[in-house]
Amino acid sequence: MTSYEFLENIRTVVGDDYVIAHQEDLLVYEYDGSVDRSMPGAVVLPADTDQVSRVMRIAYEAGLTVVGRGSGTGLSGGAITPPEGLQIAFPRMNRILDVDTVNRTALVEPGVINLDLDNHVRGFGMRYAPDPSSQRACSLGGNIAENAGGPHCLAYGATTNHVIGMEVVLEDGEVVHLGGLAREAAGYDLRGAFVGSEGTFGITTKILVRLLPLPETVRTFLGIFPDIDSACTAVSAVIGHGIVPAALEMIDALSIKAVQNVTDAGYPNDAGAVLLIELEGLNEEVDEVSGEVEAALWDTGAADVRVAEDDAERERLWVGRKTAFGAFGTIAPNYYLVDGVVPRTRLTQMLRKVSEVSERYGITIANVFHAGDGNLHPCMLFDAREPGVMENAMAAAAELMEECALLGGTLSGEHGIGLEKKEFMPLVYTDADMAAMQRVREAFAPENRLNPGKIFPDGSYWRPAAHPAALTVGIYA
Amino acid sequence: MVSAPDRHSDAGEHMGGGIDAGHGFPYGLPFEGSLNDGPGFAGSDAPAEADLYRCVHCGLCLSACPTYVETRLETESPRGRIALMKAVHEGRTGISDRLVSHWELCLQCRACEAVCPSGVPYGRLMEHTRAQVQDNGLQSPELGRLSRLFLRTALPHNGRLRLAGHLMRFYQRSGLQQLVRKSRLLSLLPGDLAAMEAQMPVMGRQFFGARGQVFPAQGERRMTVGLLSGCVMPLMQGDAMRAAVRVLQRNGCDVAVPPTQGCCGALNLHAGDLELGRRMARRNIDAFKQAGVDVVVTASAGCGSSMKEYGDLLHDDPHYADAAHEFARNTRDITEFLAALPLDTPRGQLPWRVTMQDPCHLAHAQRITEAPRQVLRSIPGLDLVEMAESSLCCGSAGFYSLIQRDMSQRLQRRKIDNAAATGAEVIASANPGCIGQLEQGLRDAGSDARVMHVVEILDAAYQAER
Repeated sequence: MTSYEFLENIRTVVGDDYVIAHQEDLLVYEYDGSVDRSMPGAVVLPADTDQVSRVMRIAYEAGLTVVGRGSGTGLSGGAITPPEGLQIAFPRMNRILDVDTVNRTALVEPGVINLDLDNHVRGFGMRYAPDPSSQRACSLGGNIAENAGGPHCLAYGATTNHVIGMEVVLEDGEVVHLGGLAREAAGYDLRGAFVGSEGTFGITTKILVRLLPLPETVRTFLGIFPDIDSACTAVSAVIGHGIVPAALEMIDALSIKAVQNVTDAGYPNDAGAVLLIELEGLNEEVDEVSGEVEAALWDTGAADVRVAEDDAERERLWVGRKTAFGAFGTIAPNYYLVDGVVPRTRLTQMLRKVSEVSERYGITIANVFHAGDGNLHPCMLFDAREPGVMENAMAAAAELMEECALLGGTLSGEHGIGLEKKEFMPLVYTDADMAAMQRVREAFAPENRLNPGKIFPDGSYWRPAAHPAALTVGIYA
Repeated sequence: MVSAPDRHSDAGEHMGGGIDAGHGFPYGLPFEGSLNDGPGFAGSDAPAEADLYRCVHCGLCLSACPTYVETRLETESPRGRIALMKAVHEGRTGISDRLVSHWELCLQCRACEAVCPSGVPYGRLMEHTRAQVQDNGLQSPELGRLSRLFLRTALPHNGRLRLAGHLMRFYQRSGLQQLVRKSRLLSLLPGDLAAMEAQMPVMGRQFFGARGQVFPAQGERRMTVGLLSGCVMPLMQGDAMRAAVRVLQRNGCDVAVPPTQGCCGALNLHAGDLELGRRMARRNIDAFKQAGVDVVVTASAGCGSSMKEYGDLLHDDPHYADAAHEFARNTRDITEFLAALPLDTPRGQLPWRVTMQDPCHLAHAQRITEAPRQVLRSIPGLDLVEMAESSLCCGSAGFYSLIQRDMSQRLQRRKIDNAAATGAEVIASANPGCIGQLEQGLRDAGSDARVMHVVEILDAAYQAER
C-alpha cells in the first residue's frame, strides 16, 4: 500500500468529508489545550466502532502510528500527533446510547462531552460525578485516557472509579471488551489497567459509566482569606475535623484577578486566596457539618465566610473556578500547568516553594487547585514567543516537580504525563518500574503503534520541527 | 513560510513512487495541499495581536458554536478559526480560498464570545479578518456579489431601499411572483440568484414610514427616546415598529424618529466593510444628537449590538470618538429599556403559550436574556415555556442565509424542531432577521405557530385591555 492508497482506503471507510489531509485544515488539529503543537500527517473522523476498527486495521497494515483525540482540551500534550502519524478524532461519535436507571449506568460513545452526559442523566435524577474544569468541552474518551479528575473527585474518586466497562479497539483493529456490569470481575482488572493509559493501549469506542444518585442537599461555601498560608491551614483544619467535603478548592490572588477580569464570579478582588468548599448529603448531615466547616474557617483566620444562597449563586462561584485556566489568557498568551500532587499536610511547604521559584526565575505563577486532595496546579504564565522563556519555564517546572517528589508526592494528579511531563518520570520511578509498565503496554499493543513517544522519557521531548515559524518547545533543547 | 509539496507533485521527489506497506511512511502522508504564499494581514484594520493571543485554545467555546455542533469539525469552530488567523498573523500561511471558506461559514453569532473564559473579542477579530479578506479581494463570489449589490449599493441609502421595498412588495403581492415561479423564468437565472429569489424576504403589508415624526407620551412624560428605524425593518416588519412606538408611548416616552438616520451599518461591519460601517455610524450619531433624545432605543438586537460598539469602532476618530462612546452608552435594546422601567403592567389577558428564541446579538453580544422574559412574564395569562438551545443561532445571521444556505437551513430546522417540542403557539424574538428566518421555517414545516416580536406581544396585551 502506498501512502496515496492509504488515504484512499481510509476514505472508502469514513467518506471523503471525514479525512482531512490539506495542510491548511490540519493547522487546527495540531494543538490541544496546552503549549505543544505538531501537524498530524492526516486526521480521520470515524462515525462508529466498525469504522474505527477498519481504519485502525488499515493503519496497522501500513505501519502507521495512531493518536486518538477527543476535544483537544488536554494539558499534557496527549493528543499531539507527530507528522508521520494518523490522528483519529472522535467528535462525531457523540451518542448517549443508553441510560439504565435500575443498574445506574449509562452507555456512551467516546466523543460524548462530559457535561452533556451529566446534564442528560440529571433528567433521571442521577449524575456523572467526575467533573474536570473543562467538562463543558472535554470528551469521555479523553477522560478515560487521562484518568481525568475534577473538584468532586475528592469525595467520589477520579474517572477510573466511574468507568465499569469499555469496548476498545486494539492497534491491529481487533475489538475487545474490558470490564462490564458485574461488580467484581474474576482475574486481572484489565479495565483498571486501561484507564489512564493515555491512548497507548487501545482506542475506546464505547464506555459504560457508573452513575450516582443526586444528593438531597448541596451547600457551597466561599472562605475568604488574607493570604494563601492561612487558607492552607484552613484546608488542614477542615480535613482534620474528619470532614470529607465533596469538593475543596483553592484559588489564589492572581487567579482571582484573571477570573474577575472577565466574569464576576463573586470572588472579592482584594482577597489573598479563597477556598471553595462544597458539602453534599442528607439535610441533617449537611446542617451538622456546615457548622463545623464554618467554625474551622473562622478559627484559621478567614476574613469572611459566605454561603451560596441559591443554585444561581453556586453556579456563579463554580464558573469562576472552572474557567480559571482559560482566564489566564487575560494575563499571558501561554500557560504551562504543573499537575503535581503532595500529601495534604505538605501543601503550605509546597506553595512556599512555588512562590520562591516564581521569584527566582522571574516567572509569573498562578495557583488554582484541588486543595482537598493535595493536587496542585501551579500554572506558569508567559509569552512563548519571547526567546528563552519556554526553557526558563521548563526549568522552573522541573524544580517544582522535584520538590513534589521529595515531599512524597507525584507528578500528575489528573492531566496525564503525555509529552510535557515524560522527562520527569525518573523523579518518581526507577528504570525497572518503567520497564514493568512497558511490559504491560506490550500486552495490549505489542507493536507500540498507539501514541508512541508519550509517558516514558527518551530525552527527546519531541520538538515539532515541521515548521520553522512554529512554536518549538523542548526541555533539553 | 513552509510550503509542503502538494499531493500529486511530491510523488517522485519524496515518496519514491510509494513506500511498501508495513513500515509506515517515513516522509509522512501525502498532503492534499500546502500552506500557501498568499497575502497576509496588513494595515491598521488587521486583527490585533493582543486580541489573537488572548485565546489560549482551551476549547471551552466548542460546544457553544452552532457550526461546530452541526459539523463536528474543528475547522468550523471558533478555536479553529482563531488558530487560522494566528497562522496568517505568524506568517505560516497566507489567506486562501480554503481559509476564507472556514471564516465565511462563521455566523458571527458570538455565542463563543459569551462563554469564553478569557474574554476573547471574537466578533471584533472576525470583522477585522473579513476586512482583510475583502481588501485582498478574496471573498467568496457569492458574498462579493451580495456585497456589491446590496451592502454597498442599497443599505446605506434610505431612498433606494424604500424603492426596492416597494418593488419587492409589488412583485410579491401583485401575483407576479406566483406567475414567475410557475413559469420557467427562474431556471434561466444563475443558480444563486434563483435561490436568492426563493429566499427573498417577505415585505410587510404596510411599511413603517414615520421618519421625522415625534409620537407623544401617554400619561406622565418620563423622557424622550429616539427610535432607530434603520434599514429593512420598517419595510419587512412595520407592525413590530408600530408596536414598539405604542408601547413606548404607553410607558411615558415621547418617541422621536430622527429624520436623517439610516442603517446602523451592522451588516457592512460583519462583512468586513469597516470604512463604510464607520461612515454609517457617524451619520446616526449626528442624527440622534440633533434630535436631542435621552436614550436611543432599537427593536433590532443586531442593530443594538453594533450601536453599542460604535465607541470601539470610532475609538481613534479625532472628531467622533467621544460622541461615539456617549452614543454607545445611551443605546438600549427595547426589551432592556422596558424591563428597566417600572413597566406599566398590562391588564389584558393573553392566554398564549409562548417560547422565547434568544437572538444571538441580544443574548451573546449584549448578554441580555432576562429582560425579554421579564417583559413576557408581566403579561397576565401568558405561559412562557423554555425551548432547548434557545440561544443557539437560528441560521439567519444577516445575509448568511443567502450565502450559506445549507448551514442556515440546518440551523433553521433545528430551531423550529426545538420550538415545536415546547408546544408553543407563539415564538417570541427581538430581531428582524431571526423573525424572518423563523417565519420561513414555520411555513416550510407547515406549522400553525407564529412569530412575534416581544413588543408586539406586549402591545397585544395592552390592546386586549379594551
